[in-house]
Parts: sequence; structure tokens; C-alpha cells
Amino acid sequence: MSDNRTFDSPGPDAIYRAALENGAVQIQQCGGCGAHIFYPRAICPACGSTDLGWVTASGKGTVYSTTVVRQRPERGGDYNICLVDLEEGPRLISRVVDTPPDEVRIGQPVEAFVGELDEEKVVLFRLAEAG
Amino acid sequence: MAHMLRGATAIVGLGLTEFGTLPERSHLEVMAEAAHGALSDAGLTAKDVDGLFVSNFASPFLALQAAEYLGIDPTVLDSTNIGGSTFVSHVQAAAMALATGLCNVALIAYGSTSRSGGRAGQTRGPLGRVPYEDVYSPRNPIGSYAMAAARHMHEFGTTREQLASVATSARAWAAKNPRAEMREPITVEDVANARMICDPFTVLDCCLVSDGGAAVVMVRSERAKDFPKPPVYLLGIGMAMTHDQIAQMPDLTVTAVAKAAPRAFGMAGISRDDIDVMEFYDAFTINTILFLEDLGFCAKGEGGALVESGAIAPGGHLPVNTNGGGLSCVHPGMYGLFTVAEAVEQLRGEAEGRQIEGAEVALCNGNGGKLSSQVTAIFGTGATI
Repeated sequence: MSDNRTFDSPGPDAIYRAALENGAVQIQQCGGCGAHIFYPRAICPACGSTDLGWVTASGKGTVYSTTVVRQRPERGGDYNICLVDLEEGPRLISRVVDTPPDEVRIGQPVEAFVGELDEEKVVLFRLAEAG
Repeated sequence: MAHMLRGATAIVGLGLTEFGTLPERSHLEVMAEAAHGALSDAGLTAKDVDGLFVSNFASPFLALQAAEYLGIDPTVLDSTNIGGSTFVSHVQAAAMALATGLCNVALIAYGSTSRSGGRAGQTRGPLGRVPYEDVYSPRNPIGSYAMAAARHMHEFGTTREQLASVATSARAWAAKNPRAEMREPITVEDVANARMICDPFTVLDCCLVSDGGAAVVMVRSERAKDFPKPPVYLLGIGMAMTHDQIAQMPDLTVTAVAKAAPRAFGMAGISRDDIDVMEFYDAFTINTILFLEDLGFCAKGEGGALVESGAIAPGGHLPVNTNGGGLSCVHPGMYGLFTVAEAVEQLRGEAEGRQIEGAEVALCNGNGGKLSSQVTAIFGTGATI
């Protein structure tokens, strides 16, 4: 972690995207203060350190808030937009899929997977299995 | 000891265009009409202006465009953009520039043809893609504010009806304002049953998309009485921000108003109880509830009940958005300056049909981005100096 160079090429953004292309959701962890960080940064927003390493996110999270973007069926229909708190701490915007968008509830446990939107790899979520 | 900016500057000119649809006009033409109105109101021309403060969503070089267009030879030029709270933030920048002698006559101006001009009309421009957000198509800004509303409802039991009462209050004020675009009364049921946009928001929870412009002229207070209209003094101002992307907002139920407002009150040396009228950037119904809470007019979570009580509507004890706000009066993409405009009309006693009798102190709260930036400004009449 200590030899990480956030100002070198490839930068944190490119490293994150390359991992995502390979199906992994990586987030940063600060060697200075221990904070988990998303989205990828060159400087820890919590303590200012550049000692940022990578960890694979567990993918477990909880819906912090949710909405349904209403859209005519001919334009693709309604879809979910949500904020998910990862169990490591960071919050990200995403979509819960494979569930009717208006049935997503705040507080529901969700699980991340790497999917695609507009031919771009992105982190998406499904409702976690009960139990 | 009073802050050096308290009462140091004043608004001496106000210009507003018609609101609604202004077809076949450019945003610069609308801005120029508002600027000309504000300068005429102060007995000045563009040749007297040496500080220019402008911004919009589409023109990175707007300050250069606007100065060239108006024929201004500026010593201070500022087109900072922190979202719709810009222009309230420009009041702070103008006050600093005036108080330090960097300029003598500051013009803050905005014009847009967001309705008629579409993309060219300044609602949208080359803002750049927000990398970890836009790929999900959250229909920003609506989706972000909708999630703030959903969270508020979840944590505090805020109801659909309480959100709607923000919109019905705004409409009741707009009905009294001849300039407002939407003046037909609406009910809580109308709001709840309107077309859903982003849950829980229907189209009536969302601000208008308008053409229109506004401008104000500011000078140092030492010469503020030399102009035709009663000066409106800047008593205090404070700004704060919490995030750009909505996922980075620490708590979707607490805005940066909680940080900005104490700065403004501290500078003004007054308390909440001294405020006679408030003008908020009500981009969505949840805004007004959040701002009332974060200003301390009620406890966190009780804003819904407060607005439902009728407190902010005509006849209530906390009049908010006496012009009808962005929900019912006008919303040309960026609304910040229109909060200041209504405060000026109220403190001059010119708010025909909707005047808060004896108003001496007005509070404006500009909101920008996705609840991202907040600028609170407190203005007063000569009696407060």
C-alpha cells in the first residue's frame, strides 16, 4: 500500500476502470487513516494522504435512498435510481435491477455485480437473497 | 464588533424582465434587458458599471461576452458558477469588491431562454459528464432531489401531502403576484395526482422552466442614499457546500444551509426572530422543508408539519417565497438572483399585492447543484443600519 503512486500513470480512475472491465469492483483504502474511498481519488478526501491502496469490495450494501425515474415505455420504461451504502462505508449511486423499480425500499440489503449500461461497464445491484 | 461587510453595501437598482415565454430572443438580449432595467432604476447606465458578475450553464466565457455585449469596461469580472446559488454568491463577491474599492458600481445580471431556446437557452450546456453518476441516467437534478425527499420521508415520516403543501403555498403567493407565470390555485390533491416524474415527485413538485432575466446594482453604502430608490442593505451573507455528486452528500436530510446560515446571521448580528420574509431557491418541494429545518425554524424532521400548518403561505407567520418561487413564479434555469429580486421588492415596499407589511429584514437562500451549494444572504432596510 505504501508504494502506491496515485500521481503515476495509470491514474486511479484508469485502474478502477480496468478492474471493472475484468468484472471486479475495487475501492480504495487509505493507508493514512484507514478510510475506504469511492469514487477513486488521487488524494484521500478524509485525511489528505496519497497513500491509497486498492481492495476488492465485498459487494454487500444497503439501500440509502431510492427513486423511480418515470419514462414512457417507448423510451425504455421506468427504471430505478438508488444510493447504496457499501458495507465498507462509501456510498455510490447506482440502479437496483431485476426487481420492479418501485418495489425497491430504503434499508433493503443489496448485492453488487458488474453490468452494462449504454455499452459501458458499471456497478449495478440486485436485492440480496433473504437470510 | 460588527463585521466589516455588515451594512457596507446596498442594492440600489433592480431590473426584471417579463417571465414565461420570450420567443426569438437570445439569452444575452434577455440579460441586457434586465441589466438595463436595474441600471435605469438606479439612474445609471452601463458606462457607470465597473464590476460585472454573470453566470450561466452554457457559456464558459460569459463574463467576456456580457461585458462586451453591454459595453462595460470592468475592473472586476466574475463568472463563477456554483449552480443556481450563484448570484447570491455574487452578492458576496460584489460586496467584497466594493468594500475594498476594487470597483464602485457592481452589476449582477442573469438572462435565459431556458423554455424557448432549449439547449441554446442556457438550461444545459457543455457541463461535462459527471463520471460516476451520469452513466446511470439519474435524470439530474430531479433524481437527486427526489432521493433526498424519499430519505426525509423514510426517516421522519414526512408525507406526500406535506411536500404538496409547499407547492400549494407557493401557488397561493403567485396568485397575488401579477408577474408570476402560474397563478391558478392548486390543491394538495392536484399535486399528488399530477404526472409522476421521479418518485415521490410529480411535475407539480418541480420548478418551472422559464424564459426570464433579473439584475441588481450594488454600491457602497456611503453613496447608497444618492440613488432614486430606498437602498436595500446587505447585512450578512454566508456560503457553504457539501458535495457535487449526490452520492457524496453526507446526509441527504441536512443541507449546507446548516453551515451557511449561521455565518450569515453572525455577520448580520441578528437572529431568526428578526426575519420578516424569506425567499428560498425552491427547485423542488423538499427544498423548502429542508431549508426551514436547517435555518432552525423547526427541529430536523418537523419541516413537513410546519409547512402543512400554513406557516409559509399567505397569512402565515413565516412567509416564504412571496413571489411564488421557482415552483410558480419563474425559473429560468438558475433562480438565485430571483430570490434577491423579491427581497428587494419586499424591503422597498414595492411588492404589490403580496407586500409583507413593515418588512425590514429579508433572508434569501440560494441553492445550487444537487442540494450542493447554499448561500444565505440577509438584507435590511435603512432602519436596520
